[in-house]
Amino acid sequence: MYSQGLIGADDSTEETPEFLEAFQKRIDSEDKIEPNDAMPEGYRRTLIRMIGQHAHSEIVGMLPEGNWITRAPTLKRKAALLAKVQDEGGHGLYLYSAAETLGVSRAQMTEELLEGKAKYSSIFNYPTLTWADIGAIGWLVDGAAIMNQIPLCRTSFGPYARAMIRVCKEESFHQRQGYEIMMVLARGSEKQKAMAQDALDRWWWPSLMMFGPHDSDSQHGDQSMRWKIKRFTNDELRQKFVDATVPQAEFIGLKMPDPDLKWNEERGHYDFGPIDWDEFWRVVKGKGQMNRERIKARRKAWDEGAWVREAALAHAAKRRARQEANRQAAE
Amino acid sequence: MSTNEIPLWEVFIRPRNGLSHKHCGSIHAADEVMALQAARDVYTRRGEGQSIWVVRSADIVASDPQDKDELFEPTADKVYRHPTFYDIPDEVGHM
Repeated sequence: MYSQGLIGADDSTEETPEFLEAFQKRIDSEDKIEPNDAMPEGYRRTLIRMIGQHAHSEIVGMLPEGNWITRAPTLKRKAALLAKVQDEGGHGLYLYSAAETLGVSRAQMTEELLEGKAKYSSIFNYPTLTWADIGAIGWLVDGAAIMNQIPLCRTSFGPYARAMIRVCKEESFHQRQGYEIMMVLARGSEKQKAMAQDALDRWWWPSLMMFGPHDSDSQHGDQSMRWKIKRFTNDELRQKFVDATVPQAEFIGLKMPDPDLKWNEERGHYDFGPIDWDEFWRVVKGKGQMNRERIKARRKAWDEGAWVREAALAHAAKRRARQEANRQAAE
Repeated sequence: MSTNEIPLWEVFIRPRNGLSHKHCGSIHAADEVMALQAARDVYTRRGEGQSIWVVRSADIVASDPQDKDELFEPTADKVYRHPTFYDIPDEVGHM
């Protein structure tokens, strides 16, 4: 559900100009690239990195929300949140399997995440302090993710595009349930309304950062656009998100935490204030409030699940041996 | 593949009777029973299917994209395999 502007992929290639030109021609004619097709190494590496980051984001993204499952205010909210977190686990798995078609193994990707080498969306390094944060995440974080993911349904690599189609179909419920939580709080008591406003204040800017650095500062945007891995630039998507979200906040009587935010009649878009990129890079580089906690939680889950993986393999081996013995006895 | 790696399975789902099973992705599972269970959890959370097939990815034999022309090009010039190749007078009616 949560992809972000790509962080630090190496998209250099060493193929012959003829090969690259033929590949570009396929891309330009909107031919999809499938796993066994010849492709530039840079294309393969960029996709492995991008799909991997996306998959890790889904998996780590289960943590901030999982934090509230046992404390959801009603049974309805609890059931919805459980389903949403389960979806995120599923989305992570669709994406890992799409990445695996490019020749990277699931074990490798998991190892990179657990060792802190792989990136995931910076948004999950913020804490979920109140129930309203669950509303804000669904509405804003999933909303930003959908903005990013809809064009990815047409990305040039077939398995990624197909995974994104499934993800997008399921994601719409995530955003709607989040907005509904915010709406109910915003129409509740003064205290509830303040809680919703506080969540919006804390999640708005990090949500805008999810789209990644400005186009002028993004090193990999151009090549990804040429290869049609991405269809819109970071800034284009961010603007679309702002334009879509501001009226939604107004509708429920919440105020965006941005004094510079105003409708620009001439551009036909909202203008918004400067983003704190120092904060973005701090969080990306591991200095966010929750970076250590997130990786610690993933490591704990991995280590404590080791016996399950071993038991499953042992059970499978035992069943195979028994089937084999039965077959030989029957012959 | 090392012995303690959990194998990969391709998942095929029949959305409803009357349609064929269609590939939808893959999952890791230790054996076929767990593969079916995992496929059900991962790929059918919203009534997507009536039936699931799982096949070990290692057991799939695929054509090489490099052979694409050799394999599929010959059909392109056999226009006589298509009904539109034959001229039938309009008077004959729909055929």
